[in-house]
Amino acid sequence: MSPVLRQKQGPAATRILGVGSYQPDRVVTNDDLSTIMDTNDQWIRERVGIVERRFAEKDELLVDMAVKAGNAALADAGLQPGEVDTVIVPNCTMPSPIPNAAGQVADRIGVKAAGAFDLNAACAGFCYGLGVASDLIRAGSAGKVLVIGAEKLTDVVDPVDRANAIIFADGAGAAVVGPSDEPGIGPVSWGSAGDLVDTIYMRDHKYIFQEGQSVFRWATTQIAPIALKAVELAGLEPSDIDVLIPHQANLRIVDAIAKRLKTKGAREDLVVADDIRFSGNTSSASIPMALDHMRKAGTVKSGDVVLMVGFGAGLSYAGQVVICP
Amino acid sequence: MADKQEILSGLAEIVEEVAGVAQDDVSLEKSFVDDLDIDSLSMVEIAVQAEDKFGVKIPDDELANLKTVGDAVDYVSANAK
Repeated sequence: MSPVLRQKQGPAATRILGVGSYQPDRVVTNDDLSTIMDTNDQWIRERVGIVERRFAEKDELLVDMAVKAGNAALADAGLQPGEVDTVIVPNCTMPSPIPNAAGQVADRIGVKAAGAFDLNAACAGFCYGLGVASDLIRAGSAGKVLVIGAEKLTDVVDPVDRANAIIFADGAGAAVVGPSDEPGIGPVSWGSAGDLVDTIYMRDHKYIFQEGQSVFRWATTQIAPIALKAVELAGLEPSDIDVLIPHQANLRIVDAIAKRLKTKGAREDLVVADDIRFSGNTSSASIPMALDHMRKAGTVKSGDVVLMVGFGAGLSYAGQVVICP
Repeated sequence: MADKQEILSGLAEIVEEVAGVAQDDVSLEKSFVDDLDIDSLSMVEIAVQAEDKFGVKIPDDELANLKTVGDAVDYVSANAK
């Protein structure tokens, strides 16, 4: 007779224990960009909603930014690195596939012998990572997990491409996930639209390009239903949601998703993240960065019910409801 | 099926809602981009709302051919169920 394997069970519930973020120091305004390409401040503000964004320096790497955001999240949670055992770094802009970001980031933060892996779901990466982190803990595979969305998008954008150079920026956002007495992270609603894979792509393995209208159409029509599914999975109604944080792809996409949710019962006083205005589109960093900035500004409070939804290249998407720490 | 005048006024409502253009300005000969100053993302929003309102499909490659308000009215008229 075959031996019987044991499978583990962890705590029944998880929550976000702390949040942190990091942005490079260098501010790049729309006027700065208008000196190197045919664009202007008014057009950028109307088209994408960005006022300014941050670019990393040449010697400032994705892993450097990830370490800073990770440390900020640990400090916010009041935890020492040694209390975390797993590090997930959602990203799509590591300069090479080998080595990954997570192992070295864990080491530099001081998480010893961490379970460590990167996760590429482009701009849906943070929500994918958060879902995985919560499930790892509830299955007993991890005790506390650090999820760090980090990107150096300026590495993969043509610096004089007037469509994309105005949008993408650099930074990192992180959350520490751990056990909880009450559920603080709802089930993830995720999926993909691989039939639309050619709408966000890289030319010559070098620079990102998008079929702008196709991506806009998809994001403004298909993402609100995913977000609503996440609300339903969490056992809530749209009117229970206090804060909406869509991936900060473009302010017009954010507004369109919020508008659709309001037609389905989300409240008029829904707080909607607009962090893209001063941060640009930072892919997997955008949602945790927005949450961190909003908490610090006081627009999101401890205990608020937050609906996050990421979406991007793949095309991939993921969202969940969380309780703000 | 709506007649062209109904389509035009339905479209004018959508254009006003999406792009803030006064409905009276939305006349058949006007070019969306050059006369009404509507950008390519707003065109997508207009197409999505027109799809719902008129029961037509307006894929992006068809949308590219709709230069004037008249083009859009003709398209909806020819394709509405």
